[in-house]
Amino acid sequence: MYRYDEFDHTLVAERVEQFRDQVERRLSGEIGEDEFKPLRLMNGLYLQLHAYMLRVAIPYGTLSSRQLRMLAHIARRYDKGYGHFTTRQNIQYNWPKLEEVPDLLADLAKVEMHAIQTSGNCIRNVTADHYAGAAADEIEDPRVYAEIIRQWSTLHPEFSFLPRKFKIAVTGAATDRAAIRVHDIGLQMRRNEAGEAGFEVIVGGGQGRTPLIGPTIREFLPKRHLLSYLEAILRVYNQLGRRDNIYKARIKILVKQTGAEEFARRVEEEWEHLKDGALALPQEEVERIKAYFAPPPFEALDAKQTAFEASRFEDREFARFVRSNLFAHKQPGYAIVNVSLKPVGGVPGDATAEQMEFLADLAECYSFDEILVSHEQNLVLPHVKLAEVYELWRALKSQGLATPNIGLVSDIIACPGLDYCNLANARSIPVAQRISTRFADLKRQHEIGDLKIKISGCINACGHHHVGQIGILGVDKKGEEFYQITLGGEPGDAAALGRIVGPAFSYDQVVDAVETIVDTYVGERQADEGFNQTYARVGLEPFKEKLYAAH
Amino acid sequence: MPLIKDDQLIEDPWISVINGDVLPLEQCIIVDLERWQAARQELIARNGRLGIRLKNDQPPALIAEDLAHFDLIALEFPVFKDGRAFSHARLLRERHGFGGELRAVGQVLRDQLVFMRRCGFDSLEVADEKVLDAWRRAKREISVFYQPATDRRPWVANLRHGRELPKTPAHEETGADHWAY
Amino acid sequence: MTLKILTANRLRDGDVVYLTADGAWSDWLEDADLAEAPAAEAALLALGEEALDRRLVVDPYLMAVTRVDGGFGPISQREIIRARGPSVRLDLGKQASGR
Repeated sequence: MYRYDEFDHTLVAERVEQFRDQVERRLSGEIGEDEFKPLRLMNGLYLQLHAYMLRVAIPYGTLSSRQLRMLAHIARRYDKGYGHFTTRQNIQYNWPKLEEVPDLLADLAKVEMHAIQTSGNCIRNVTADHYAGAAADEIEDPRVYAEIIRQWSTLHPEFSFLPRKFKIAVTGAATDRAAIRVHDIGLQMRRNEAGEAGFEVIVGGGQGRTPLIGPTIREFLPKRHLLSYLEAILRVYNQLGRRDNIYKARIKILVKQTGAEEFARRVEEEWEHLKDGALALPQEEVERIKAYFAPPPFEALDAKQTAFEASRFEDREFARFVRSNLFAHKQPGYAIVNVSLKPVGGVPGDATAEQMEFLADLAECYSFDEILVSHEQNLVLPHVKLAEVYELWRALKSQGLATPNIGLVSDIIACPGLDYCNLANARSIPVAQRISTRFADLKRQHEIGDLKIKISGCINACGHHHVGQIGILGVDKKGEEFYQITLGGEPGDAAALGRIVGPAFSYDQVVDAVETIVDTYVGERQADEGFNQTYARVGLEPFKEKLYAAH
Repeated sequence: MPLIKDDQLIEDPWISVINGDVLPLEQCIIVDLERWQAARQELIARNGRLGIRLKNDQPPALIAEDLAHFDLIALEFPVFKDGRAFSHARLLRERHGFGGELRAVGQVLRDQLVFMRRCGFDSLEVADEKVLDAWRRAKREISVFYQPATDRRPWVANLRHGRELPKTPAHEETGADHWAY
Repeated sequence: MTLKILTANRLRDGDVVYLTADGAWSDWLEDADLAEAPAAEAALLALGEEALDRRLVVDPYLMAVTRVDGGFGPISQREIIRARGPSVRLDLGKQASGR
């Protein structure tokens, strides 16, 4: 993974001192809240329901064990002993004190981390496939380009006061695991006929109040033009994005209103001036960054590992874990191991300081020191020898980190919701907990198969409910918490937005409603249809009948 | 209003002409786009330097052909959050080759000053002198730049590999980096 | 008659606080000074503005309360959670303090 050089270290250190000075000026009264607020937001510091909330950037979701240990230290020293992994691969702390945040940031800087641009109307964390560098279906590691974009977008003088926040996602595999079609810019690595690698550029996807699947505005962009093309897109957006209404200010609105073709034309027109200019990235720089993402020193192993197979055969619990939590690795004899942060009845995406330290040790021991954060609020140990998975699993079990539910119905994505967030209309975490408990039986979960439930506590959709197979949106109905359910969402290659099934359900009714939906699916499905396939075939009617007849 | 220019606080030698007013004789005046479009010949013919003030929904393309007539362009920031003028500034400098004074007017936060400089602004209208000290300190706060901009400050990717920056039309014309750090 | 109290977050540490009759900022909603008429509301808001200027708090605002058990309590789910702590972590926030 990327290592800072003197330039990167200097930038982060200067930024910490700049923020320290800004905090001092705020506390001394030299600046008021109106002037301070955008500054603290650009350093990821929100004021939330109970306290400040700090969002620390985890660039493209990749951490070293040393960094994860520091995140644990931060949780202990500056917060209340835990952190929350988010749907943008970042980590959030819910209880930092403003006056301590400069010291917190200074600690982060020691391990090459920061909270720069994790909020504000600027370019945010660039996210990537959480199996990057490991997945068997990868064309090229997208994190090289995510790092290039990260640097270019850091303190960009022209694009720090955009109409609204700006989110970019990159994927380097044939399958999109980074939800690129619901980002402001999505980049899909592709090969052209000549076999060169480049990007398909998708602009104007997003969730929130006006969910939209992003159209492709350029089928193939050669890699060397990456930054000049992004600059053209951002410059068009910065000038033409709406400034009068925050609910209409994202680039998706501009693309929709302008039309994808016309929008693409404007970008290409601007790009003509930029493409062979100062933003051409020196090839030496690409190679320099690529070297950091070179594969770790894998051993030459057989694809078939008898000890691993034997353990699966002998230990049914282990077999279940393997079935749901392992993913195919490109290197024979290795596996990608998913660590679920969704224990039955637990808070989705939360980890204690102890769990983080434990995982850091495991990463060091079993995974070449690397951990990734998925946008589904789980963690990934990307490079584990099959021969060591059994021992790793037992270690994970000892810390409650071995829940065998990746992709299953209890692997729920939920935003913090009204328990933590100022923007929320309803709680999401307890709904997730209750659904998880209702479906606790693993046999039942496996019978149901893969099923993605995503819960947001408000229209801002941080829980990505629009792309949940079952999406749940918390709303406020006359002071009561109600939940609107959508069906048929999908974030990946077949990206689709969920459709509302009918009237919303109360806090007390929503879990029964979800169970009714799941049971209806299981009853209706043919062969091994997934949820969305059954839904596409039978439509909303069977679900509506069962849901609203009972109520 | 006082101005920050060349690291100094100075009194503004320019006069902003409000629409409808008679043009002062032989002084440096700033007119808005409507006045320019309505009284173009008169403004070109008069003695005295001419400046134009653009709102941030008036893109540089509207005056791109006329830049030779202006010694100053003032770009408005109606609220600090509205960053359109950063793009307009860069376009004026790098695309259209404007070499005169580029001034930021309106609501600008002290912490935007670094971005202002990088985008090619060389003067700033301020409410009071306290901003001068902030401006000077702001200049020193960040020394690492990850992307090329108007100021031609070497960006990190180039510094790492000892590269020169390509010149833009504006730089070719003026030959100077007088708005650089 | 809507009853209101003034609430804010403490600037330095972000804690939720409520304005008392003494002009102090308490962690506890029950200590808050009640406004029962527009004039009293305006007075509370003015004190909030002053506290904002004095860099004690951020984002002061009036919130509705209702009479309950000889005292008063929050009405909205949001203010209930805000007064106590996250409903999913009873070991955290004010609810964990034992008061």
